[in-house]
Amino acid sequence: MITVEKLTKSFGPKLAVDNISFSVEKGEVLGFLGPNGAGKSTSMRMITGFLSPSAGKVSVCGFDVVEQGLKSRSKLGYLPENAPMYSDMSVFGFLSFCAELRGLFGNAKQKAIDRAVQLCFLEPVLLQSVDTLSKGYRHRTCLAQAIIHDPEVLILDEPTDGLDPNQKHEVRTLIRDMGRDKAIIFSTHILEEVEAACTRAIIIDRGKIVANGTPDELKARAPLAGTIVVGVKGVPWRAIQPEFAGLHFLGKSELISESDSRTMFRLHPNGDLLPELLALAQRQQWQVEHLNVDEGRLDDVFRSITLPDTERASVE
Amino acid sequence: MKTIWTIARRELGAYFSSPVAYVFIVIFLLLNGFFTFMVGRFFERGSADLLTFFVWHPWLYLFLVPAVGMRLWSEELRLGTMELLFTMPVTTWQAILGKFLASWLFLLIALALTFPMVVTVAYLGHPDLGRILAGYGGSFLMAGAFLAITCMTSSVTRNQVVSFILSVVICLFLILCSWPPVTDTVVNWAPAWLIDTLAGVGVMTHYEGFQRGVIDSRDLIYFLSMIVFFLFATSVILRARRG
Repeated sequence: MITVEKLTKSFGPKLAVDNISFSVEKGEVLGFLGPNGAGKSTSMRMITGFLSPSAGKVSVCGFDVVEQGLKSRSKLGYLPENAPMYSDMSVFGFLSFCAELRGLFGNAKQKAIDRAVQLCFLEPVLLQSVDTLSKGYRHRTCLAQAIIHDPEVLILDEPTDGLDPNQKHEVRTLIRDMGRDKAIIFSTHILEEVEAACTRAIIIDRGKIVANGTPDELKARAPLAGTIVVGVKGVPWRAIQPEFAGLHFLGKSELISESDSRTMFRLHPNGDLLPELLALAQRQQWQVEHLNVDEGRLDDVFRSITLPDTERASVE
Repeated sequence: MKTIWTIARRELGAYFSSPVAYVFIVIFLLLNGFFTFMVGRFFERGSADLLTFFVWHPWLYLFLVPAVGMRLWSEELRLGTMELLFTMPVTTWQAILGKFLASWLFLLIALALTFPMVVTVAYLGHPDLGRILAGYGGSFLMAGAFLAITCMTSSVTRNQVVSFILSVVICLFLILCSWPPVTDTVVNWAPAWLIDTLAGVGVMTHYEGFQRGVIDSRDLIYFLSMIVFFLFATSVILRARRG
Protein backbone atom coordinates (compact mmCIF):
# COMPACT_ATOMS: atom_id res chain seq x y z
CA MET A 1 0.00 0.00 0.00
CA ILE A 2 2.97 2.25 0.55
CA THR A 3 5.78 1.94 -1.95
CA VAL A 4 8.95 3.96 -1.62
CA GLU A 5 11.41 3.76 -4.49
CA LYS A 6 14.89 5.27 -4.44
CA LEU A 7 13.64 8.19 -2.40
CA THR A 8 16.19 10.98 -1.98
CA LYS A 9 16.00 14.39 -0.37
CA SER A 10 18.74 16.96 -0.16
CA PHE A 11 18.64 20.32 1.56
CA GLY A 12 21.31 22.30 -0.26
CA PRO A 13 24.50 20.27 -0.10
CA LYS A 14 23.22 18.16 2.81
CA LEU A 15 21.77 14.79 1.90
CA ALA A 16 18.98 14.11 4.41
CA VAL A 17 17.56 10.96 2.84
CA ASP A 18 19.75 8.94 0.54
CA ASN A 19 18.17 6.57 -1.95
CA ILE A 20 15.90 4.53 0.33
CA SER A 21 13.43 1.92 -0.93
CA PHE A 22 10.90 -0.18 0.95
CA SER A 23 7.24 -1.08 0.90
CA VAL A 24 4.55 -1.62 3.48
CA GLU A 25 1.58 -3.89 2.87
CA LYS A 26 -1.85 -3.96 4.45
CA GLY A 27 -1.71 -5.57 7.88
CA GLU A 28 1.86 -4.47 8.49
CA VAL A 29 3.08 -2.14 11.20
CA LEU A 30 6.48 -0.81 10.25
CA GLY A 31 8.68 0.67 12.95
CA PHE A 32 10.97 3.42 11.76
CA LEU A 33 14.06 3.62 13.93
CA GLY A 34 17.10 5.78 13.86
CA PRO A 35 19.11 8.32 15.82
CA ASN A 36 18.02 11.97 15.83
CA GLY A 37 18.62 13.63 12.49
CA ALA A 38 18.84 10.32 10.65
CA GLY A 39 16.15 11.35 8.17
CA LYS A 40 13.10 9.67 9.71
CA SER A 41 10.89 12.75 9.78
CA THR A 42 12.06 13.91 6.36
CA SER A 43 11.16 10.52 4.88
CA MET A 44 7.75 10.59 6.51
CA ARG A 45 7.11 14.11 5.30
CA MET A 46 7.83 13.00 1.76
CA ILE A 47 5.50 10.01 2.07
CA THR A 48 2.71 12.28 3.29
CA GLY A 49 3.36 14.70 0.43
CA PHE A 50 4.36 17.63 2.65
CA LEU A 51 7.88 17.78 1.25
CA SER A 52 8.57 17.01 -2.37
CA PRO A 53 11.34 14.47 -3.02
CA SER A 54 14.58 15.53 -4.74
CA ALA A 55 14.53 12.19 -6.54
CA GLY A 56 12.65 8.93 -6.38
CA LYS A 57 8.99 8.02 -6.14
CA VAL A 58 6.46 7.39 -3.41
CA SER A 59 3.03 5.95 -3.96
CA VAL A 60 0.24 5.48 -1.45
CA CYS A 61 -2.55 3.05 -2.38
CA GLY A 62 -1.34 3.23 -5.94
CA PHE A 63 -1.41 7.02 -6.16
CA ASP A 64 1.82 8.93 -6.74
CA VAL A 65 2.18 11.47 -3.92
CA VAL A 66 3.51 14.18 -6.22
CA GLU A 67 1.35 13.74 -9.29
CA GLN A 68 -1.86 12.56 -7.61
CA GLY A 69 -1.32 14.32 -4.31
CA LEU A 70 -4.95 14.96 -3.48
CA LYS A 71 -5.89 11.31 -3.92
CA SER A 72 -2.89 9.93 -2.05
CA ARG A 73 -3.39 12.40 0.80
CA SER A 74 -7.06 11.50 1.13
CA LYS A 75 -5.99 7.88 1.75
CA LEU A 76 -3.65 8.59 4.62
CA GLY A 77 -3.71 9.94 8.11
CA TYR A 78 -0.69 11.71 9.51
CA LEU A 79 0.44 12.59 13.00
CA PRO A 80 3.31 15.11 12.64
CA GLU A 81 6.10 15.35 15.17
CA ASN A 82 5.22 17.46 18.24
CA ALA A 83 1.48 17.22 17.41
CA PRO A 84 0.84 20.70 16.01
CA MET A 85 -2.68 22.09 16.44
CA TYR A 86 -4.50 25.40 16.08
CA SER A 87 -4.20 26.83 19.57
CA ASP A 88 -7.42 28.87 19.41
CA MET A 89 -9.74 25.89 18.95
CA SER A 90 -11.43 23.41 21.25
CA VAL A 91 -10.72 19.71 20.86
CA PHE A 92 -14.15 19.20 19.33
CA GLY A 93 -13.77 22.21 17.02
CA PHE A 94 -10.40 20.98 15.86
CA LEU A 95 -11.63 17.46 15.13
CA SER A 96 -14.69 18.85 13.40
CA PHE A 97 -12.50 21.05 11.20
CA CYS A 98 -10.26 18.11 10.27
CA ALA A 99 -13.28 15.90 9.56
CA GLU A 100 -14.72 18.50 7.19
CA LEU A 101 -11.41 18.84 5.36
CA ARG A 102 -11.58 15.06 4.96
CA GLY A 103 -14.96 15.48 3.30
CA LEU A 104 -17.09 14.34 6.24
CA PHE A 105 -20.19 16.40 6.99
CA GLY A 106 -23.36 16.11 9.06
CA ASN A 107 -24.11 12.68 10.43
CA ALA A 108 -21.00 11.03 9.01
CA LYS A 109 -18.86 13.73 10.64
CA GLN A 110 -20.51 13.25 14.03
CA LYS A 111 -19.99 9.48 13.82
CA ALA A 112 -16.36 9.86 12.80
CA ILE A 113 -15.67 12.26 15.67
CA ASP A 114 -17.39 10.00 18.19
CA ARG A 115 -15.35 7.03 17.04
CA ALA A 116 -12.02 8.89 17.12
CA VAL A 117 -12.81 10.40 20.53
CA GLN A 118 -13.62 6.99 21.91
CA LEU A 119 -10.51 5.32 20.47
CA CYS A 120 -8.22 8.04 21.82
CA PHE A 121 -10.00 8.49 25.19
CA LEU A 122 -10.73 12.17 24.66
CA GLU A 123 -14.19 12.47 26.27
CA PRO A 124 -12.96 14.36 29.36
CA VAL A 125 -11.40 17.18 27.34
CA LEU A 126 -13.77 17.39 24.38
CA LEU A 127 -14.77 21.00 24.99
CA GLN A 128 -11.45 22.16 26.39
CA SER A 129 -9.23 24.56 24.45
CA VAL A 130 -6.39 22.82 22.67
CA ASP A 131 -4.02 25.32 24.27
CA THR A 132 -4.69 24.11 27.81
CA LEU A 133 -4.25 20.39 27.14
CA SER A 134 -1.57 18.32 28.82
CA LYS A 135 1.03 16.80 26.53
CA GLY A 136 -0.62 13.41 26.61
CA TYR A 137 -4.00 14.74 25.59
CA ARG A 138 -2.41 16.94 22.93
CA HIS A 139 -0.80 13.96 21.31
CA ARG A 140 -3.94 11.91 21.49
CA THR A 141 -6.03 14.73 20.01
CA CYS A 142 -3.66 14.95 17.09
CA LEU A 143 -3.75 11.17 16.78
CA ALA A 144 -7.55 11.33 16.73
CA GLN A 145 -7.25 13.77 13.85
CA ALA A 146 -5.10 11.28 11.96
CA ILE A 147 -7.56 8.40 12.30
CA ILE A 148 -10.78 10.40 12.01
CA HIS A 149 -11.51 9.27 8.44
CA ASP A 150 -10.45 5.68 9.15
CA PRO A 151 -7.61 5.87 6.61
CA GLU A 152 -6.02 2.87 4.93
CA VAL A 153 -2.55 4.22 5.59
CA LEU A 154 -1.29 5.81 8.81
CA ILE A 155 1.96 7.70 9.21
CA LEU A 156 2.77 8.48 12.83
CA ASP A 157 5.84 10.50 13.75
CA GLU A 158 6.76 9.62 17.34
CA PRO A 159 3.20 8.93 18.49
CA THR A 160 4.20 8.06 22.05
CA ASP A 161 6.59 10.94 22.64
CA GLY A 162 5.87 12.62 25.96
CA LEU A 163 3.23 10.15 27.14
CA ASP A 164 3.30 8.46 30.53
CA PRO A 165 3.81 4.66 30.64
CA ASN A 166 0.08 3.90 30.80
CA GLN A 167 -0.71 6.14 27.87
CA LYS A 168 2.20 4.69 25.94
CA HIS A 169 0.76 1.26 26.48
CA GLU A 170 -2.68 2.37 25.30
CA VAL A 171 -1.35 4.03 22.16
CA ARG A 172 0.80 0.99 21.38
CA THR A 173 -2.17 -1.31 21.77
CA LEU A 174 -4.20 0.99 19.56
CA ILE A 175 -1.52 0.94 16.87
CA ARG A 176 -1.25 -2.84 16.98
CA ASP A 177 -5.02 -3.26 16.76
CA MET A 178 -5.38 -0.84 13.88
CA GLY A 179 -2.43 -2.47 12.14
CA ARG A 180 -4.51 -5.54 11.35
CA ASP A 181 -6.37 -3.87 8.49
CA LYS A 182 -4.18 -0.86 7.71
CA ALA A 183 -0.64 -0.15 6.64
CA ILE A 184 1.10 1.80 9.39
CA ILE A 185 4.49 3.44 9.61
CA PHE A 186 5.54 4.88 12.92
CA SER A 187 8.80 6.28 14.09
CA THR A 188 10.11 6.01 17.61
CA HIS A 189 13.20 6.15 19.79
CA ILE A 190 11.86 3.57 22.17
CA LEU A 191 13.01 0.13 21.15
CA GLU A 192 10.68 -1.85 23.35
CA GLU A 193 7.87 -0.23 21.39
CA VAL A 194 9.10 -1.88 18.24
CA GLU A 195 8.89 -5.28 19.89
CA ALA A 196 5.48 -4.49 21.32
CA ALA A 197 3.75 -3.15 18.25
CA CYS A 198 5.67 -3.74 15.02
CA THR A 199 5.60 -6.56 12.57
CA ARG A 200 8.70 -5.20 10.88
CA ALA A 201 11.32 -2.58 11.60
CA ILE A 202 13.66 -0.46 9.53
CA ILE A 203 16.72 1.21 11.01
CA ILE A 204 17.79 4.31 9.18
CA ASP A 205 21.06 6.11 9.79
CA ARG A 206 22.48 9.17 8.06
CA GLY A 207 19.79 8.94 5.41
CA LYS A 208 20.33 5.28 4.53
CA ILE A 209 18.50 2.10 5.49
CA VAL A 210 20.97 0.04 7.49
CA ALA A 211 18.65 -2.76 8.63
CA ASN A 212 15.24 -4.07 7.59
CA GLY A 213 13.54 -7.09 9.13
CA THR A 214 11.18 -8.45 11.78
CA PRO A 215 12.08 -7.52 15.35
CA ASP A 216 13.31 -11.11 15.91
CA GLU A 217 15.53 -11.00 12.84
CA LEU A 218 16.99 -7.73 13.99
CA LYS A 219 17.61 -9.00 17.49
CA ALA A 220 19.52 -11.95 16.05
CA ARG A 221 22.00 -9.43 14.72
CA ALA A 222 22.98 -8.34 18.22
CA PRO A 223 26.62 -9.12 19.04
CA LEU A 224 25.62 -11.32 22.00
CA ALA A 225 22.55 -12.94 20.43
CA GLY A 226 22.61 -16.73 20.79
CA THR A 227 25.24 -16.82 23.50
CA ILE A 228 24.54 -18.96 26.55
CA VAL A 229 24.94 -17.63 30.06
CA VAL A 230 25.43 -20.28 32.72
CA GLY A 231 25.65 -20.04 36.50
CA VAL A 232 27.12 -23.01 38.39
CA LYS A 233 27.01 -23.39 42.18
CA GLY A 234 30.18 -23.91 44.14
CA VAL A 235 32.60 -24.89 41.36
CA PRO A 236 35.46 -22.48 40.65
CA TRP A 237 36.19 -21.26 37.11
CA ARG A 238 39.58 -22.95 36.98
CA ALA A 239 37.84 -26.31 37.55
CA ILE A 240 35.14 -25.63 34.96
CA GLN A 241 37.10 -24.23 32.05
CA PRO A 242 39.31 -27.28 31.30
CA GLU A 243 36.20 -29.44 30.82
CA PHE A 244 35.17 -27.33 27.80
CA ALA A 245 37.85 -29.04 25.74
CA GLY A 246 35.33 -31.77 24.93
CA LEU A 247 32.72 -29.41 23.51
CA HIS A 248 32.68 -29.44 19.70
CA PHE A 249 30.48 -26.46 19.12
CA LEU A 250 32.05 -23.99 21.53
CA GLY A 251 33.56 -20.89 19.97
CA LYS A 252 34.69 -18.88 22.92
CA SER A 253 34.10 -18.90 26.63
CA GLU A 254 34.43 -16.05 29.08
CA LEU A 255 34.01 -15.59 32.79
CA ILE A 256 31.41 -13.07 33.87
CA SER A 257 31.72 -13.28 37.65
CA GLU A 258 33.02 -15.63 40.24
CA SER A 259 32.31 -15.87 43.95
CA ASP A 260 32.45 -18.62 46.54
CA SER A 261 28.85 -19.55 45.97
CA ARG A 262 28.47 -19.19 42.20
CA THR A 263 30.41 -18.95 38.95
CA MET A 264 28.82 -17.18 35.99
CA PHE A 265 30.19 -17.55 32.48
CA ARG A 266 29.18 -16.87 28.91
CA LEU A 267 29.64 -19.33 26.04
CA HIS A 268 29.67 -18.29 22.40
CA PRO A 269 28.45 -21.27 20.35
CA ASN A 270 29.30 -22.01 16.73
CA GLY A 271 26.71 -24.76 16.40
CA ASP A 272 24.25 -26.75 18.48
CA LEU A 273 25.99 -26.26 21.78
CA LEU A 274 23.17 -26.53 24.28
CA PRO A 275 22.63 -30.35 24.34
CA GLU A 276 26.40 -30.88 24.60
CA LEU A 277 26.59 -28.45 27.43
CA LEU A 278 23.71 -30.04 29.32
CA ALA A 279 25.28 -33.50 28.93
CA LEU A 280 28.58 -32.13 30.21
CA ALA A 281 26.91 -30.54 33.21
CA GLN A 282 25.18 -33.80 34.07
CA ARG A 283 28.40 -35.80 33.76
CA GLN A 284 30.28 -33.40 35.97
CA GLN A 285 27.32 -33.11 38.35
CA TRP A 286 27.43 -29.34 38.26
CA GLN A 287 24.56 -27.68 40.06
CA VAL A 288 23.35 -25.33 37.31
CA GLU A 289 21.49 -22.45 38.95
CA HIS A 290 21.16 -20.18 35.97
CA LEU A 291 20.86 -20.93 32.27
CA ASN A 292 19.87 -18.38 29.69
CA VAL A 293 20.14 -18.23 25.92
CA ASP A 294 20.55 -14.56 25.05
CA GLU A 295 17.92 -13.50 22.49
CA GLY A 296 19.80 -10.36 21.71
CA ARG A 297 18.59 -6.90 22.56
CA LEU A 298 17.42 -4.35 20.02
CA ASP A 299 19.35 -1.76 21.99
CA ASP A 300 22.58 -3.51 21.17
CA VAL A 301 21.66 -3.96 17.52
CA PHE A 302 20.69 -0.33 17.29
CA ARG A 303 23.89 0.83 18.90
CA SER A 304 26.17 -1.44 16.93
CA ILE A 305 24.56 -0.35 13.65
CA THR A 306 24.12 3.35 14.13
CA LEU A 307 27.14 4.46 16.13
CA PRO A 308 29.91 6.14 14.16
CA ASP A 309 32.68 3.68 13.25
CA THR A 310 35.16 4.93 15.83
CA GLU A 311 32.74 4.57 18.72
CA ARG A 312 31.46 1.25 17.44
CA ALA A 313 34.87 -0.29 17.90
CA SER A 314 34.87 0.63 21.56
CA VAL A 315 31.41 -0.91 22.12
CA GLU A 316 32.43 -4.22 20.62
CA MET B 1 -15.31 24.97 -2.88
CA LYS B 2 -16.43 23.25 0.30
CA THR B 3 -12.81 22.98 1.36
CA ILE B 4 -12.24 26.71 0.83
CA TRP B 5 -15.30 27.47 2.91
CA THR B 6 -14.21 25.09 5.69
CA ILE B 7 -10.82 26.80 5.90
CA ALA B 8 -12.37 30.28 5.70
CA ARG B 9 -14.84 29.45 8.48
CA ARG B 10 -12.07 28.22 10.76
CA GLU B 11 -10.06 31.36 10.07
CA LEU B 12 -13.02 33.64 10.81
CA GLY B 13 -13.68 31.66 13.97
CA ALA B 14 -10.06 32.26 14.98
CA TYR B 15 -10.60 36.04 14.66
CA PHE B 16 -13.71 36.12 16.76
CA SER B 17 -12.55 33.62 19.38
CA SER B 18 -10.01 36.16 20.63
CA PRO B 19 -10.67 39.74 21.74
CA VAL B 20 -8.41 41.00 18.94
CA ALA B 21 -11.27 41.07 16.44
CA TYR B 22 -13.46 43.25 18.65
CA VAL B 23 -10.59 45.54 19.57
CA PHE B 24 -9.75 45.91 15.91
CA ILE B 25 -13.30 46.78 14.92
CA VAL B 26 -13.65 49.32 17.73
CA ILE B 27 -10.36 50.99 16.85
CA PHE B 28 -11.28 51.05 13.17
CA LEU B 29 -14.62 52.70 13.89
CA LEU B 30 -13.18 55.18 16.40
CA LEU B 31 -10.39 56.26 14.06
CA ASN B 32 -12.85 56.58 11.20
CA GLY B 33 -15.06 58.85 13.27
CA PHE B 34 -12.15 60.85 14.58
CA PHE B 35 -10.64 61.51 11.14
CA THR B 36 -13.96 62.21 9.46
CA PHE B 37 -15.41 64.57 12.03
CA MET B 38 -12.43 66.09 13.86
CA VAL B 39 -9.61 66.17 11.33
CA GLY B 40 -11.75 66.18 8.19
CA ARG B 41 -14.18 68.81 9.55
CA PHE B 42 -17.18 66.97 8.18
CA PHE B 43 -19.77 69.38 9.59
CA GLU B 44 -17.92 72.59 8.67
CA ARG B 45 -17.71 71.48 5.05
CA GLY B 46 -21.49 71.41 4.85
CA SER B 47 -21.46 68.99 1.93
CA ALA B 48 -23.64 65.88 1.80
CA ASP B 49 -20.95 63.40 0.77
CA LEU B 50 -18.49 61.05 2.45
CA LEU B 51 -15.33 62.44 0.86
CA THR B 52 -13.76 63.22 4.24
CA PHE B 53 -14.60 59.68 5.29
CA PHE B 54 -13.09 57.80 2.36
CA VAL B 55 -10.03 60.01 1.99
CA TRP B 56 -8.52 58.60 5.21
CA HIS B 57 -9.03 54.94 4.36
CA PRO B 58 -5.64 54.34 2.65
CA TRP B 59 -3.91 55.60 5.80
CA LEU B 60 -6.09 53.59 8.14
CA TYR B 61 -5.64 50.44 6.07
CA LEU B 62 -1.91 51.03 5.96
CA PHE B 63 -1.72 49.85 9.58
CA LEU B 64 -4.95 48.02 10.22
CA VAL B 65 -4.93 45.61 7.26
CA PRO B 66 -1.42 44.29 8.00
CA ALA B 67 -2.54 43.90 11.61
CA VAL B 68 -5.45 41.75 10.48
CA GLY B 69 -3.49 39.65 8.01
CA MET B 70 -0.07 39.29 9.65
CA ARG B 71 -0.96 36.06 11.39
CA LEU B 72 -2.46 34.28 8.39
CA TRP B 73 0.58 32.18 7.47
CA SER B 74 3.14 33.14 10.12
CA GLU B 75 0.94 31.51 12.73
CA GLU B 76 0.76 28.31 10.67
CA LEU B 77 4.53 28.35 10.35
CA ARG B 78 5.09 29.03 14.04
CA LEU B 79 2.68 26.36 15.28
CA GLY B 80 3.69 23.85 12.62
CA THR B 81 0.06 23.40 11.61
CA MET B 82 1.04 24.02 8.00
CA GLU B 83 2.29 20.44 8.01
CA LEU B 84 -1.14 19.32 9.11
CA LEU B 85 -3.00 21.48 6.61
CA PHE B 86 -0.97 20.46 3.58
CA THR B 87 -1.10 16.75 4.36
CA MET B 88 -4.88 16.93 4.21
CA PRO B 89 -6.52 16.62 0.80
CA VAL B 90 -6.22 20.39 0.32
CA THR B 91 -4.49 22.22 -2.51
CA THR B 92 -2.24 25.22 -1.91
CA TRP B 93 -4.73 27.47 -3.70
CA GLN B 94 -7.67 26.29 -1.65
CA ALA B 95 -5.77 27.08 1.53
CA ILE B 96 -4.61 30.49 0.30
CA LEU B 97 -8.06 31.49 -0.95
CA GLY B 98 -9.78 30.23 2.18
CA LYS B 99 -7.56 32.27 4.44
CA PHE B 100 -7.63 35.35 2.22
CA LEU B 101 -11.41 35.33 1.86
CA ALA B 102 -11.87 34.92 5.62
CA SER B 103 -9.77 38.00 6.36
CA TRP B 104 -11.37 39.95 3.55
CA LEU B 105 -14.79 39.07 4.90
CA PHE B 106 -13.66 40.23 8.32
CA LEU B 107 -12.60 43.58 6.85
CA LEU B 108 -15.95 43.78 5.06
CA ILE B 109 -17.72 43.33 8.39
CA ALA B 110 -15.65 46.14 9.91
CA LEU B 111 -16.36 48.35 6.90
CA ALA B 112 -20.07 47.56 6.97
CA LEU B 113 -20.21 48.67 10.59
CA THR B 114 -19.43 52.22 9.45
CA PHE B 115 -23.03 52.44 8.15
CA PRO B 116 -23.93 55.17 10.69
CA MET B 117 -21.85 57.49 8.50
CA VAL B 118 -24.19 56.88 5.59
CA VAL B 119 -27.19 57.31 7.86
CA THR B 120 -25.75 60.62 9.09
CA VAL B 121 -25.26 62.16 5.64
CA ALA B 122 -28.61 60.82 4.47
CA TYR B 123 -30.27 62.47 7.47
CA LEU B 124 -28.48 65.79 7.03
CA GLY B 125 -28.81 66.15 3.28
CA HIS B 126 -29.42 64.40 0.01
CA PRO B 127 -26.20 62.53 -0.80
CA ASP B 128 -25.50 60.71 -4.03
CA LEU B 129 -25.92 57.13 -2.77
CA GLY B 130 -24.41 55.62 -5.91
CA ARG B 131 -21.26 57.60 -5.31
CA ILE B 132 -21.10 56.45 -1.70
CA LEU B 133 -21.55 52.84 -2.79
CA ALA B 134 -18.73 53.23 -5.32
CA GLY B 135 -16.61 54.70 -2.52
CA TYR B 136 -17.27 51.66 -0.36
CA GLY B 137 -16.47 49.37 -3.28
CA GLY B 138 -13.13 51.10 -3.87
CA SER B 139 -12.32 51.00 -0.19
CA PHE B 140 -13.09 47.28 -0.01
CA LEU B 141 -10.95 46.54 -3.08
CA MET B 142 -8.04 48.52 -1.66
CA ALA B 143 -8.34 46.60 1.60
CA GLY B 144 -8.20 43.42 -0.48
CA ALA B 145 -5.04 44.51 -2.27
CA PHE B 146 -3.31 45.40 1.02
CA LEU B 147 -4.50 42.10 2.48
CA ALA B 148 -3.02 40.12 -0.42
CA ILE B 149 0.30 41.89 0.22
CA THR B 150 0.09 40.97 3.90
CA CYS B 151 -0.73 37.40 2.93
CA MET B 152 2.52 37.26 1.01
CA THR B 153 4.64 38.87 3.73
CA SER B 154 3.19 36.54 6.35
CA SER B 155 4.20 33.51 4.31
CA VAL B 156 7.80 34.74 4.36
CA THR B 157 8.32 34.59 8.11
CA ARG B 158 7.07 32.84 11.21
CA ASN B 159 7.37 36.12 13.09
CA GLN B 160 4.16 38.14 12.98
CA VAL B 161 5.89 41.44 13.76
CA VAL B 162 8.27 41.05 10.82
CA SER B 163 5.37 40.16 8.60
CA PHE B 164 3.51 43.28 9.80
CA ILE B 165 6.42 45.62 9.18
CA LEU B 166 7.22 44.23 5.73
CA SER B 167 3.62 44.62 4.73
CA VAL B 168 3.39 48.21 6.03
CA VAL B 169 6.52 49.13 4.07
CA ILE B 170 5.15 47.73 0.80
CA CYS B 171 1.74 49.32 1.29
CA LEU B 172 3.32 52.65 2.22
CA PHE B 173 5.33 52.56 -0.99
CA LEU B 174 2.16 51.94 -3.01
CA ILE B 175 0.42 54.84 -1.29
CA LEU B 176 3.27 57.34 -1.52
CA CYS B 177 4.25 56.77 -5.13
CA SER B 178 0.94 58.20 -6.30
CA TRP B 179 0.16 60.54 -3.42
CA PRO B 180 -0.04 64.12 -4.77
CA PRO B 181 2.25 65.76 -2.15
CA VAL B 182 4.99 63.29 -3.11
CA THR B 183 4.41 63.29 -6.85
CA ASP B 184 4.30 67.10 -6.83
CA THR B 185 7.80 67.38 -5.42
CA VAL B 186 9.21 64.63 -7.60
CA VAL B 187 7.72 66.06 -10.78
CA ASN B 188 10.40 68.77 -10.96
CA TRP B 189 13.35 66.47 -11.51
CA ALA B 190 12.15 62.97 -12.32
CA PRO B 191 11.57 61.95 -15.94
CA ALA B 192 7.97 61.83 -17.06
CA TRP B 193 7.92 58.08 -17.74
CA LEU B 194 8.98 57.37 -14.15
CA ILE B 195 6.21 59.55 -12.75
CA ASP B 196 3.67 57.89 -15.00
CA THR B 197 4.83 54.40 -14.05
CA LEU B 198 4.78 55.20 -10.36
CA ALA B 199 1.34 56.75 -10.62
CA GLY B 200 0.16 53.66 -12.47
CA VAL B 201 1.56 51.33 -9.82
CA GLY B 202 0.37 53.47 -6.90
CA VAL B 203 -2.87 52.89 -5.09
CA MET B 204 -4.07 56.50 -4.82
CA THR B 205 -4.75 57.23 -8.49
CA HIS B 206 -6.86 54.11 -8.73
CA TYR B 207 -8.65 54.70 -5.46
CA GLU B 208 -9.63 58.30 -6.23
CA GLY B 209 -11.84 57.31 -9.15
CA PHE B 210 -14.09 55.33 -6.84
CA GLN B 211 -14.41 58.28 -4.44
CA ARG B 212 -15.68 60.44 -7.29
CA GLY B 213 -18.24 57.75 -8.03
CA VAL B 214 -16.52 56.58 -11.20
CA ILE B 215 -16.00 52.86 -11.57
CA ASP B 216 -13.34 52.63 -14.24
CA SER B 217 -12.60 49.14 -15.52
CA ARG B 218 -8.87 49.95 -15.41
CA ASP B 219 -9.11 50.65 -11.67
CA LEU B 220 -11.06 47.45 -11.12
CA ILE B 221 -8.47 45.49 -13.08
CA TYR B 222 -5.68 47.20 -11.14
CA PHE B 223 -7.02 46.10 -7.75
CA LEU B 224 -8.01 42.62 -8.86
CA SER B 225 -4.67 42.01 -10.54
CA MET B 226 -2.87 43.24 -7.40
CA ILE B 227 -4.81 40.66 -5.39
CA VAL B 228 -4.13 37.87 -7.88
CA PHE B 229 -0.46 38.76 -8.21
CA PHE B 230 0.29 38.82 -4.48
CA LEU B 231 -1.73 35.67 -3.78
CA PHE B 232 0.20 34.00 -6.58
CA ALA B 233 3.45 35.17 -4.97
CA THR B 234 2.17 33.64 -1.71
CA SER B 235 1.63 30.30 -3.42
CA VAL B 236 5.13 30.39 -4.90
CA ILE B 237 6.66 31.13 -1.49
CA LEU B 238 4.64 28.41 0.24
CA ARG B 239 5.62 25.84 -2.39
CA ALA B 240 9.27 26.84 -2.09
CA ARG B 241 9.07 26.42 1.69
CA ARG B 242 8.01 22.83 1.22
CA GLY B 243 11.02 22.18 -0.98
